[in-house]
Amino acid sequence: MATRAPLAVTPSRPPAPRHRDRARWRHLAHRLDVKASPYAYVTPYLLLFCAFGLFPLLYTAWVSLHDWTLLSDVHTFIGLDNFTALLGDDYFWNATFNTLSIGVLSTAPQLALAIWLAHLLNRPLRAQTIFRVTLLLPNVTSVVAVVVIFSQLFGRDFGLINWVLSWFGVGTIDWNAGTASSHVAISVMIMWRWTGYNALIFLAAMQAVPRELYEAATIDGATGFTQLRKITIPMIRPTVVFVVITSTIGAMQVLAEPLLFGVYSLTGGPDRQYQTLSLFIYENFTKLDFGYASAISWMMFVFIVVAAGVNYLLTRRARGSLT
Amino acid sequence: MGKLRPGLVTPLLATVLVLGASACGGGTDAGASPGASQPAEKIKLTVALFSDFHFAPLYQEFKKTHPNVDIVERRAQFNDHHTNLTTQLATGSGAADVIAVEAGYIATFTPLADKFHDLHQFGLAKRQPDYLDWKWRQGLSSDGSKLLGLGTDIGGLAMCYRTDLFKKAGLPTERGEVSALWPTWEAYMEAGKKFTAAKVSGAKWFDGPGENFRAMVDQAPVGFYDQQNNLVAGTNPDVRKAWDLSVAMIQADQSAKLAAFSPPWNTGLTKGSFATIICPSWKTGSIKDAAPTTSGKWDVAAVPGGGGGNQGGTHLMAPKQGKHPKEAAELIDLLTNKDTQLKLFTDAGALPSIPALYDDPTITSFVNPFFNDAPTGKIFTDAAKALKPQHVGPKAGDVLTAFGNGLQRIEQGSQAPEEAWQQVLKDLGRIK
Repeated sequence: MATRAPLAVTPSRPPAPRHRDRARWRHLAHRLDVKASPYAYVTPYLLLFCAFGLFPLLYTAWVSLHDWTLLSDVHTFIGLDNFTALLGDDYFWNATFNTLSIGVLSTAPQLALAIWLAHLLNRPLRAQTIFRVTLLLPNVTSVVAVVVIFSQLFGRDFGLINWVLSWFGVGTIDWNAGTASSHVAISVMIMWRWTGYNALIFLAAMQAVPRELYEAATIDGATGFTQLRKITIPMIRPTVVFVVITSTIGAMQVLAEPLLFGVYSLTGGPDRQYQTLSLFIYENFTKLDFGYASAISWMMFVFIVVAAGVNYLLTRRARGSLT
Repeated sequence: MGKLRPGLVTPLLATVLVLGASACGGGTDAGASPGASQPAEKIKLTVALFSDFHFAPLYQEFKKTHPNVDIVERRAQFNDHHTNLTTQLATGSGAADVIAVEAGYIATFTPLADKFHDLHQFGLAKRQPDYLDWKWRQGLSSDGSKLLGLGTDIGGLAMCYRTDLFKKAGLPTERGEVSALWPTWEAYMEAGKKFTAAKVSGAKWFDGPGENFRAMVDQAPVGFYDQQNNLVAGTNPDVRKAWDLSVAMIQADQSAKLAAFSPPWNTGLTKGSFATIICPSWKTGSIKDAAPTTSGKWDVAAVPGGGGGNQGGTHLMAPKQGKHPKEAAELIDLLTNKDTQLKLFTDAGALPSIPALYDDPTITSFVNPFFNDAPTGKIFTDAAKALKPQHVGPKAGDVLTAFGNGLQRIEQGSQAPEEAWQQVLKDLGRIK
């Protein structure tokens, strides 16, 4: 279709009368091509998005307004009752707190570490590819394998970490039992999987920063750390914003780590000490209470939108200036 | 932490889970045809289980009489298995032709009579005289008119113990004397105090409070539900008694604080972190599988509280989505018949639900070499004969989780006993 466009505008030959219709048709086809074909190109994506993105979103909203149990054929419309119940539900706020706590504990150190790693790799090195591939290795490991191994490391009686801590006179820590300790354990698993991945994204952005800036800074006597702070980070700001937002969204959706860490405890430990929002949704789905679970899903969606917005504003305000 | 593209953040877990669960279920059968009566036609039967039932040789046997049938077995983790089944029934696709349903879940599914084939239609009513009456009735629809499932095993109770740890603590090791130590659960706790006082390094009296609590409740005439399926767990004095005794055992520092079937529990089994463990007959198989190196260190004594009590046990059911109900029913018949149940007891410790077998010499004379040649055949058939069945309600699994979590909160020190009990009551109120 696109190849027809130059033909249509060839002005060299004056159109003979009998060709006038054809020329008009060509003109029309050209306009159609320009105006309509972009939509044709994006249609497959839009169709998929509607089927797997938009429709579930709206359908979930519809379900959340009902008393909807999976095995029953009767779905009673109850308006916003599910949401009212949810806002008064301690377990919901507990899950929200856990999600935020694990999110902050895993994301903040993770991004700092990722930038630092990327900075280290952003210089001429021997065997560069090996280092970069190594960064990505934890990410291609199955999450189940990661959690199973880390659960053993964090074991109370026979775990490696408690064993090492015992050298320093630290008593046995029951990582699974406490709120703070379990959040730390889960955050470590998340960091293990995602730090390298984010470091690679940062690295890609850093390579686009002009070398002259660093050369000039070096001549002016700026140290490596100052260069990182004053040149690198401001220059890769759009990437930082992107990574912060995707990481936040990921952190809001943590499910596999707490589920497996608790060995299929849907409550996230006996005291719900590490039940995240996703796990709370999952718990209510397995209880077949689809109306309530959908309401939680929608609240989570709202949280994600808010968190992404706040992140965007914060990272935008923190813009540095390169003058 | 799943990283989704921002544009696709919206596919909420709702659909993801539903799709995921049914996708895990997989397709039922490829060459489905309703007129499957012609023997020549190739058909495929799927069997969904939640652990290794040791069925593989039986499939071969079935193939001898049904050369046109291919059998595919799939397994899932216990909770997932039952959740998958629910999802498959609700969405109308993905269920296996033959599916195992455990005792804690059977009452969830028998009210849904129209989702399963009525096995009466395939002549399986003839099996009724074989069965323990209560086990048979568990497989009937709520109104009793349809036969939805046939029983495989039951879970008669005993107490397994480590002879090496008992010896170190100066307790008797011979199984008759050990059984005499604990006629009641109170006596069991007293014996535990002696064990704790002996300070055997690295070992506690039992694995975790949840399973003992469950056994005590199982032995009561009424458990979490009354006959009319009303949830009475919060007011039943027998439940409260089991709770109080469990709390007392926790406070006497008798628990190794290990959740059953978790990886640390497996390690604890191997390393001898606890001296006793409640043993429904099928658990003798689990211990052997989880801690093969401890062979000969175990023995089996009678359960405290004087026999009775059933923990677990399974039914096989045929969801209506299955296109070959006749073959499925025939397979269920084979997988639950007398010869099979006899064989599965010796192979996998599954206690038969056919009482005629309790006097079969193969079983009564069976000794289990892994458990120091304990006469598990006699111990478990005695337990089965003493067993007083209890009505299992529809959400028994969720109720048990609420109590188990409460006991763990006390054990981990995050709540005082009364506070934990109040939260259990609150959790029970949420169970619909």
